[in-house]
Amino acid sequence: MFKNFVIILATLFLLMSNVNAGSDGDLVLKKNQPAEIKDCFEKINRATFAFNQALDGIIFKPVASAYRVLPSPVKTGVSNSLNNLTNVITIPNNILQGEFKKAGINSGRFIINTTIGILGFIDVAQYLGFPEYEKEDYGQSLATMGVGPGCYVVLPVLGPSTVRDASASIINFAGGDAWYNVTVNNDTRYFSDFDYYASKLTSGVDFRAKNFNAIENLEKNSIDFYASVKSLYLQDRQQKILNVNKIIETQNDGDWEEIDSQ
Amino acid sequence: MKIKKIFFIFFLSFFILENSYSIEPDIFVQSTVNRASAILSKNISKSEKINELKLIAKETVDIKGVGFYSLGNARKNLNDEQKKTYIQLFENYFLKSFSSRLSEYTNPEIDVKSKEKLNSNYTIVNSILIGTSERPEVKIDWRIYTKDPNNPLIRDLIIEGLSLARTQKEEFSSILNSNNGDINKLFKVLEEFSRN
Repeated sequence: MFKNFVIILATLFLLMSNVNAGSDGDLVLKKNQPAEIKDCFEKINRATFAFNQALDGIIFKPVASAYRVLPSPVKTGVSNSLNNLTNVITIPNNILQGEFKKAGINSGRFIINTTIGILGFIDVAQYLGFPEYEKEDYGQSLATMGVGPGCYVVLPVLGPSTVRDASASIINFAGGDAWYNVTVNNDTRYFSDFDYYASKLTSGVDFRAKNFNAIENLEKNSIDFYASVKSLYLQDRQQKILNVNKIIETQNDGDWEEIDSQ
Repeated sequence: MKIKKIFFIFFLSFFILENSYSIEPDIFVQSTVNRASAILSKNISKSEKINELKLIAKETVDIKGVGFYSLGNARKNLNDEQKKTYIQLFENYFLKSFSSRLSEYTNPEIDVKSKEKLNSNYTIVNSILIGTSERPEVKIDWRIYTKDPNNPLIRDLIIEGLSLARTQKEEFSSILNSNNGDINKLFKVLEEFSRN
């Protein structure tokens, strides 16, 4: 399994060195513009979206609702632990994106939080003044290498994605996610498959709980909830790929300049 | 000499007047959120809160500008009559959606942190919605239209980097695309939303 991962890593490195010559920030920005991403499978996507909404109503919403009444320190601790686990995907992707300094910082964060922070429950690194944590994944790495997003897709249970990002997540199961490797892939004495799937399910519940009111509010006030979710997901994705959180860096101001109402 | 003096005083007073009425975008945002916050903290019914919030929105948001932006390129194909109908429908839709979203919050505390002037027409004001045990801290940026510096207007709310105007634009575009660009279908959807 480790061999597979090294092969994938080396291939991606080669891809990166070849594609980077022709790709720059503007090209990555343009390729990932939400308006440019086609919804080739809209009918299927809308059906899957409806299925996910039903599933949300039956499972995630009630569970998230109960989870919200837990004391704040418990919720923060669970959220911190889940975030800490994502470092094992973020760090290799920092390296793939050529961000070695960030890889070092995140490795330090992971070691400190896992040990002193009691399995990530306490974000000690934050108290020590580490920079804000930015998650990375294989889809983002492919995007920075110049690979376009392809069509927008809605995955059952997992929700919105793009063809590139959904395909890239396969790398997680081929050795690219150390947490998957020690729980599901390898028969270790300390962890079982249950730990992996429980962590993923808890992540979903934690996300739903954190955004409980925002999601309810958006659904209630949208004239096309599917289109709203798609737009928000693609805007968020574009910013994560570019590692920015300012709309002015991703939105063409020309759109606004044409509107003259004064 | 006297004419020169009068001219100078006239010029000076005009200059002072011009500047004294110009409102800084960050002060405008802070005062708007303080007003909204005061309404949300009041011990009145939800529908009363919504009505008061609608008045603030009418005064501080460039509803017409946001409406045309949300329509995207389709705005170029509208005749004057359709534009008039659209603006009326959009205003009703916007006020309902905006006030309903806001009325869910009780006593929101927003602190304006900084501002960034993009050009003479736009300034982005950066603020933070203070976190509570119910929700985490949220970054909110405001796109302020400053073409008339004496009357700044809100054109967009950018929550954690996600633009509400852009989301609305893509929502409208989706409705138009699934109805072969028929503007009347969008009119109908807006009308139904406002009525329900």
